[in-house]
Amino acid sequence: MVVAALAQLDRLVKRALPAALSVLIVALSVVPVPIPEYAVLAPNFALMSVFYWTVHRPDLFPAWGVFLIGLFADALSGGLVGLSAFVLLLVHATIMSQHKVFRGKAFWLVWLAFVIVAFGAQLLGAALGFAFRGGLPGWPIWLSQFALTIALYPALAALLGRIQRLFLSGS
Amino acid sequence: MKRSGPVLKLAAPMRLLAQRTAFLGLVGLAAGLMVLGKAEAPFIERGRMLVADAVVPLLDAAARPVHTANEFADNVRGLLAVHAENVRLREQNNMLMHWQQVARNLEAENRALRDTVRASTEASFTFVTARVVADAGGAFVRSVLIAAGARDGIAKGHTALSPDGLVGRVGEVGERSARVLLLTDLNSHVPVMIEGSRDRAIIDGDNSDLPRLVFLSSGARPQLGDRIVTSGHGGVFPPGLPVGVVVQNGEQGVRVKPYVDFHRLDYLRVVDYGTGGTLPMAAPPPQTRRGR
Repeated sequence: MVVAALAQLDRLVKRALPAALSVLIVALSVVPVPIPEYAVLAPNFALMSVFYWTVHRPDLFPAWGVFLIGLFADALSGGLVGLSAFVLLLVHATIMSQHKVFRGKAFWLVWLAFVIVAFGAQLLGAALGFAFRGGLPGWPIWLSQFALTIALYPALAALLGRIQRLFLSGS
Repeated sequence: MKRSGPVLKLAAPMRLLAQRTAFLGLVGLAAGLMVLGKAEAPFIERGRMLVADAVVPLLDAAARPVHTANEFADNVRGLLAVHAENVRLREQNNMLMHWQQVARNLEAENRALRDTVRASTEASFTFVTARVVADAGGAFVRSVLIAAGARDGIAKGHTALSPDGLVGRVGEVGERSARVLLLTDLNSHVPVMIEGSRDRAIIDGDNSDLPRLVFLSSGARPQLGDRIVTSGHGGVFPPGLPVGVVVQNGEQGVRVKPYVDFHRLDYLRVVDYGTGGTLPMAAPPPQTRRGR
């Protein structure tokens, strides 16, 4: 009985791990850091996390989880509510539709795909932000944010990969 | 038990259909939220602050080590430069003693003049000091989240200050958190004046580090280095709060460099000047608290 309950709990925790980690990453990414311009140029950690889990464990990362992560990111940043959710859902759907392409591919190929997806996501985000809020970020800001996002992806992917191997390898 | 036959054949497409419908529903919901957010539906703001309230303890805990590391680095820097700093402070102290004398004379003179014209004394104010726990604007918003809210007496429209000058105003209030809209945000418009000439203007944020001075009164000739302070018009901010200094006056318009370094905001002082302001005020009884 107890064993069954523990196994059930273990399954639940494993199922929730990708979404919970994504929420934690988004929350920690807004902690103030005394680096000039960091808040403006802060890389899009929500996008990195959503991309990683959709590529590697889509079975544990449903669309409604992506939606909630997007809403959470918007609520914390004070930005337009729904914008990140919208963009991340489209990212999720794009990767899901190409899922077989990613299976067993070398890391640099997945990273290349991330560069393309991140470019599209950031372009869409800027367009929606402009349409609903007005005011476009200057291209140096846009480019720096994009560059930081793609440059930091391998580090985050390595960390998440380690966590995945530690906790989710058997499931 | 293995299922087969027509049930399984039907189940797979049905599941796919359900998944697609759910996905489209979520995308539609996100788009709907954006439209409602644009229309500034009140429940969106409430929802946002509920999330902020829930996460503030985690953010506060995560921000503490960063603050401590910051303080440590500042201390080390201070120790390394202690002699030079001492010399500088002695010089500054001599100068400030002189200014203190000037201020005392002016205060006495001011009191005497007020008595003469029977002017009412300025209203007292209360303040709350709160830690900045989130600084996430991205490219579109300039705002910070502080770890104090309605239960600490903070209300919409209150003024946020740092020791250097005006930071912005409280835009959203939760129970234990509040969002401060910075001076540099696209939606920030603060009535100001040029300190020397008292020419009025509005300082408009445009998400860049140097907000613009617009609607200058006719005949105003702002010079580089002019100090900009709040004018008190519009009723949101009291007059005389230091805002910044004119650093550009050319084709790009008149640009002001704020006194506040928005990249190093640790603590903010949220002040209720009792101005009421043009913003709707849900006013709980204010309370004074020094340091959190």
